[in-house]
Parts: sequence; structure tokens; C-alpha cells
Amino acid sequence: MQYLLLIYSDEKADANVSKEEMDAWMGEYLAYTEAMRKSGVYKGGEALHPTSAATTVRVQNGKKVTTHGPFAETKEQLGGYYLLDCKNLDEAIEWAAKCPGARVGSIEVRPVMDFSQAP
Amino acid sequence: MTASTRHLLERVHRQEYGQLLATLIGWLGDLELAEEALQDAFLAAVEHWEREGAPHKPGAWLTTTARRKAIDRIRRSRSRSEAVEPQALETLPPAQLAVTENFDDVGEIPDERLKLIFTCCHPALPLEQQIALTLHTLGGLTTAEVAAAFLVPVPTMAQRLVRAKRKIKDAGIPYYVPPAHLLAERLDSVLTVLYLIFTEGYAATAGDALIRHELCDDAIRLCRVLELLIRRSQAQTDVPAAQYAEVLGLLGLMLLHHSRRTARVGVNGELILLGDQDRSVWDQRNIQEGLALVEKAFNMRRLGPYQLQAAISALHARAPTAEATDWPQIAALYGELRRFADTAIIRLNQAVAVSMAISPQKGLRLLEPLAGELSAYAPFHLARADMFRRTGQREQAREAYRVALDLTQNKVERDFILGRITSLGE
Repeated sequence: MQYLLLIYSDEKADANVSKEEMDAWMGEYLAYTEAMRKSGVYKGGEALHPTSAATTVRVQNGKKVTTHGPFAETKEQLGGYYLLDCKNLDEAIEWAAKCPGARVGSIEVRPVMDFSQAP
Repeated sequence: MTASTRHLLERVHRQEYGQLLATLIGWLGDLELAEEALQDAFLAAVEHWEREGAPHKPGAWLTTTARRKAIDRIRRSRSRSEAVEPQALETLPPAQLAVTENFDDVGEIPDERLKLIFTCCHPALPLEQQIALTLHTLGGLTTAEVAAAFLVPVPTMAQRLVRAKRKIKDAGIPYYVPPAHLLAERLDSVLTVLYLIFTEGYAATAGDALIRHELCDDAIRLCRVLELLIRRSQAQTDVPAAQYAEVLGLLGLMLLHHSRRTARVGVNGELILLGDQDRSVWDQRNIQEGLALVEKAFNMRRLGPYQLQAAISALHARAPTAEATDWPQIAALYGELRRFADTAIIRLNQAVAVSMAISPQKGLRLLEPLAGELSAYAPFHLARADMFRRTGQREQAREAYRVALDLTQNKVERDFILGRITSLGE
């Protein structure tokens, strides 16, 4: 089964880290990603620019409406994701718990719909 | 349907439903399909047993019939074929499939209930769904029975169960005994569910008393199953000793509490406190079993919160009269309990024990720092009122009882408090 690990954290707090801290942080993420690749669960993943770089698009009455910023103001913001292929939810939860971001924010584990087996 | 067939069906449903369902899920890998097939089998049994007489092994008959019904269902509805390919079912080894005409020849069916317990109590499910699903699947309670037990409308409960089953499927909640490194953490959530089922039945003074009573029985029954399954499979499943000791502790705790069920309620349905209960009606069989379990758990020397609570309950059970209660030991056990969970409620209970072991004045001093956190908790004010009463401070006692009264909704408890206020006189 495929699972999306959505990494949420407080961007404002993230912006205040020093260069050294950031380097250490990136190192942790690289090691984490490498471990997932090795175990064969890794299917993809990216880090995102902060929500200040976001654009939200809606179509209302056939007209395109473009606004700056995220679709909703939240305490923690989506900062990145991983796509994993796991045996079951427990395996996905274990990988989520190993994610460096789990210590400062939260990881939402969402199962991906599989349309190939749909009736 | 004749009375004897109905009686047999009810007994099998009550005692074997969980095991039959778990076996079917193990085979089909699909909880909902297994449930439907088992329902079909029970329906078939009504007709067949009536006509042909009851089989020697009703459980085996139902399992085999449910397997056939499952294959029928898969064939009929191709949309279900994502779960199991019918061909795959046919090619399963006969020992596993055990579809035979002679139902008495069915070999040993592996008990899959331990897996089902862990699936039902998965932390990815909301606690209320864990509880409902455990009672429904392992306990064999109908949706209506679970709804009645928790005083919610049947459609609400039906929806709760449907959501739980859907999440198990969609989120990929595994059907297995968790691997060793997850077991301790996951067993904790199983024990929590069993304990909550029990307290829901035990603490309830509202609603249908009989059904509530059954809830305690169900929790005890399920905990027995859990204990047995772990004991039998300990070699394969690596359940840590500390966790097994807690399973024994929880079972002991429930039995010791349950032993007082008739003494707790008066002839008019009023609540009777431990100190005022008629100890001669305490259920001695429950007590003896509970005491033996506590001893066995303590001998494993891996203390935990359920064992400590059971030990406290055991000290009450051992006291021939309320006056003979070993309060110093109880106060000490609450101290131990605080090392596991230093909550305000446990401190409150410890203060009550100290007030009995040493003096109400000492108890009142221990209550003081809890006043903020427990200001809206009626038992806190009741304990305070009782200690004031015992020191002769009647005005303070009356006031504390009034605060408790304002915080209490339950009629039985309100009557009890009003009685206390009246007994204080002018």
C-alpha cells in the first residue's frame, strides 16, 4: 500500500535556525531518505518552499481567481512530503516516527487510494 | 425455531463468535466479508440444525459453512474479488481450508483471536471505535447490544462500526500480532480498551442496570481470552513479562471490583460506599480468583499500574470488616502507583487512604494542593466533606457537600449527598 507522509511544522520557528543547525538538519534528512531508499519503501519525496511562496487558485463562476499565500492559515504548515510503499499502516507509522520533522512538528500519514483494484 | 436450537445458537454465538470470526478473517483477509459470511452461516444453522439436528461440533460446522458462504459471495459479486480470488480459495491446502462433509473431522482450527484484538485496538482508530469494535467482533455483541451498553442510538453505533471497519481497510491497519518491538506499546492500548469497557459497566449508575452488568462480564471474559492467548503463545509472540504481569493485574482488578457488584447497590438502587457494604454478599469465587491473580502477577516482580490497583482492591477484599482495612498499606500502594502515573486523581485517593491510616487532618492537608486542579471534580469535594465531618467541622463539611451536589448530575449520587447533608443536622 502507498502512503503519503505529510510533514508539518511551524515555519516561523524554522526560519530562526542558524546555518549550522540547518546543515545538521539537512544531514539528518539525507540519512533518513537514504535509509528509506535502502529498505525499498521510498517512492518519492520533496521539500517545499514556505507558504509565503504559495499561490492559491480557484475558479469561481468560470473565472480564475488567484490569491497569494496558502489556502488556509494554520499553526503548522506543510513543508514537505514522502511517498512510501509499505506493507501496512504500522510500517508507515514507524517510518513517520523516524522522520526528523516528527520531533519538531507532526507527520500526517495518509493512505493513497488505489484505483487499479476499484470495482 | 425450537427452544433447544435457539438456546444452542445463542450459546455458540456468545462463546465462540469471536473465535469463529477471527478464524475467518485470518483466512479471508477481510473483516467485513468474514462478518457477512458468518452471519450467513448462523442463518443457515437455524434451518439446518432444526431439520437435521445439531452437529457435534457447532463451531466447526459454522466455520465450514461460513467458508462456503464466503466463496459464494465472492463468486456472486465480482466487485468483491479484490479481496480474495475465488481460485485462490480453492487451492488452499485442505488442512487450512477444512471444507469437509464430515464436520466432526475438522482438525484443530488455529485461534486467531489475538490478531483480531490487536486490529480492533489499533491506536489509529478513535478510542470509541476501538471499544465498539472489540465488543462487536470479539465479544459477539450485536450492534443493538453495543449501542444499548453505551446509551447511544443504534444508527449512531452502526455508523461508528462501519467507519472503524472502513478505516481498517483503507488505512491498511494490519491483521497480525505486532512484531516484538511494537508489542509492549500496542498491548497497552488493548488493556486500556478492556479496562474502559469494564469501568463503563462498573461506574454506570444510570441506564439499564442489567446491560451495564453484562458489560463488566464482557470485559472480564475478553481479558480471560487475552490472558489465555498470551500464555499459550508466549513462546512465539515475545510478550514481555512486564506486559503479561499487567494482563494478570487487570484481570485480577476487574474480578475484585466485580465481586462487590451486589453489595454496591441498595434495595432502592442507591449507591452504597465500600465502607458501608454488606461484605457477606461479596462474591467469594471472584475474590479468590482475583487474589490468586494478584499474587501470581506480583511474583513476576514486574510491577505496573494495573497490578497495583488490583493489590489495593485485594486489601479491601481481604478485610473482614471496614474497620479492619489495612489503610497504611493502601496508602503506600498509592504512593507506588504515583511512580507510574502521578495524577491528581491518584493523589486524591492516596489522601483518602492517609486520612484513614493516620488522621483526617493529615488527609485534608494532602487535599489542599489539589483544590485547583480538581475544583470541578465532585469526588474531590466529597472526600473533603467526609474528612471535615470526621474532624467535627460541620459547617465546612456541609459547604463541601453542597459544592459536590452542584457538580453531580446522577440522581442516585445526588440522593446520597443529600442524605449526608441531612445527617449533619443543624
